[in-house]
Amino acid sequence: MLQTAQRGKKSPSKKAAPKPEVHEKFLEAFRWMLLSRTLEEKLVSLYRGGHITGGVYIGKGQEAVSVACGLFLQKGDIFAPLIRDQAGRSAFGEPLVDVARTYLGSRQGPMRGRDGNIHRGKPGEGQLAMISHLGAMVSVVVGSLMAKRFRSEENFVGLSCIGEGGMQTGSFHEGMNIAAVEQVPLVIVATNNHYAYSTPNDREFACSDLVERAVGYGFEGYSIDGTDLDMCLEVIGSAVQRARAGRPPQLVVASVLRLSGHGEHDDASYVTEEIKRQPFAQDCVKLAEKNIVHLQLVDAATLQSWKDDAKKQVDEAIAIAQQEAAPEGDKEDWRAISTSELLDQRE
Amino acid sequence: MSITYLEAIREAQARLLREDDRVFIYGQDVGGVFGGAFKATKGLAKEFPSRVLNTPISEDAIVGTAIGAALQGMRPIVEMQFADFSSIALNQILNQAGTHYWRTNIPVPITVRLPSGGTKGSGPFHSQSMESIYAHYPGLIVMTPATVEDAYTMLIDAVAIDDPVIYCEHKYLYYHLKADKLPDKGLPTGRGRIARQGRDLTIVTYSALVHDALAAADELSRENFEIEVVDLRTVKPLDTDTVLASVSRTGRLLAVGESFPWGGATAEVIARVTSDGFHLLDAAPVRINAKDTPIPYHPNLWSAHRPSTKLIAQKARALLKE
Repeated sequence: MLQTAQRGKKSPSKKAAPKPEVHEKFLEAFRWMLLSRTLEEKLVSLYRGGHITGGVYIGKGQEAVSVACGLFLQKGDIFAPLIRDQAGRSAFGEPLVDVARTYLGSRQGPMRGRDGNIHRGKPGEGQLAMISHLGAMVSVVVGSLMAKRFRSEENFVGLSCIGEGGMQTGSFHEGMNIAAVEQVPLVIVATNNHYAYSTPNDREFACSDLVERAVGYGFEGYSIDGTDLDMCLEVIGSAVQRARAGRPPQLVVASVLRLSGHGEHDDASYVTEEIKRQPFAQDCVKLAEKNIVHLQLVDAATLQSWKDDAKKQVDEAIAIAQQEAAPEGDKEDWRAISTSELLDQRE
Repeated sequence: MSITYLEAIREAQARLLREDDRVFIYGQDVGGVFGGAFKATKGLAKEFPSRVLNTPISEDAIVGTAIGAALQGMRPIVEMQFADFSSIALNQILNQAGTHYWRTNIPVPITVRLPSGGTKGSGPFHSQSMESIYAHYPGLIVMTPATVEDAYTMLIDAVAIDDPVIYCEHKYLYYHLKADKLPDKGLPTGRGRIARQGRDLTIVTYSALVHDALAAADELSRENFEIEVVDLRTVKPLDTDTVLASVSRTGRLLAVGESFPWGGATAEVIARVTSDGFHLLDAAPVRINAKDTPIPYHPNLWSAHRPSTKLIAQKARALLKE
């Protein structure tokens, strides 16, 4: 059965007063969003100052969706974040210093200078390291979940993030289909940020709403307003719960606008003024903060202390990574396989 | 009792499933009562219904799923219905499995079985030999067994290896090749084998063409030439030492492979020998590959497209006169 959530209304005053534990989750999520935004602003400034090589890819405008992806997962779950998922990665447990070390190429980071920026993870801890080829992580999550089922583990779930751009790949299609065939406890969270690099929705797909694809795959599908943190938490949280409880795979499609270029090298001059005026173009971090102030969930001093704390954490993580040694070509262990005796010795 | 190359592959998988509950087989039509397009998994689903699983026609997702399972401690064996279709899974094999250990320090122990090589009438899309493509990319082991015994022990070794293994099994050998019994253990992975000893010329080859090379060597022995035949067994790692040792005995090198001519395993063999053993050579090395066209359908064209016993003997004869 396809269930499609109502698109949210923007006015916080019209909301029914949520329960205290809902407030608690909201505030927890907000702090991760704040941390993510603060970190990414710092990364952008380091990039502009020439301190980061390669590129910086941020999730500005997508933090509410992303944080909800990481927040409901637990130890033993599998998470496959993508390009714009700093908030979710942090909420899932990725230390800030891992991010700093990867962007700055520290040998002590999880990728040891061998891969950079958002291409990072700790597969041993359930956070897969994305490759750039979009859609390819979906089936890897499926296989991870099958292995858990083979071993008779219980109460686990996998969550794989994608954008509307990645949804158009063959790999994504195969992954969705095989997930449904295998009936694994999987949640796919697709964020439609309205541009695949510079290409707008009308040159990406021709269906009226991407969530309609859910029923075709045998998923249960939901649409959400990705700028509304409450809705993101409620719908993605329940999708995770449903998958964990053994319901069919879940698809959540969130609507936002990417509030940055594809990467920081991109000025996003192709984003139209018209689309910037759409409700989904609002900044979810600002909206969440407005909500907190409106509902008086915390006082101004507390809010400020959270911002200060985020800045402090980010500065500390960057400082650690900056002091660490970079990898060196002549000291590198140039082996792409783990079995030493099977190395092809010739270079 | 005699056992075919195909039965050896089936027996290896039966043993792996029996002895290791981390092993499962994943691929199109491998399960149920069918047991695979070539019957390489026949009967296995009956004994292991939860571990011999049919999949949709989704090569990318099949390999992606195997990679995910391997990361969680399983030892999946993927059967591609034909090696040719692994092109759909190239991204998962090369970019996901092949990069994973390097990037994250965590290896991906998957085995991908590729029914490879030409048989009559199979045409451009059911005949390819992909070993050179996989060997080119970092992070993969590429096996090309040429005998029934190797088909068996190398598949068992492949699953034991912590890194991704591309296991190229030759379809032409499936029914043609027979052995009396299966060995418990073979040569170590990565070690080439002297399939025939000689003194006048070394043919380095692998997979089905080992048998064409041996037939050519028999033919030339009637002309009083003694040809040494090296079966590489694995294309990657490539056993350069065994090749160089052979060339040091014969002074002449003919490299023979079934894949397309640009680059590839035979070019690599010649590059290494020329670079490291130039002084051992009495004549310029020669290579034979398939022609630089898609693989033809009609048997007359097909047999002219791939290296044959006749062509190998002819090229060897010419090289011996150099």
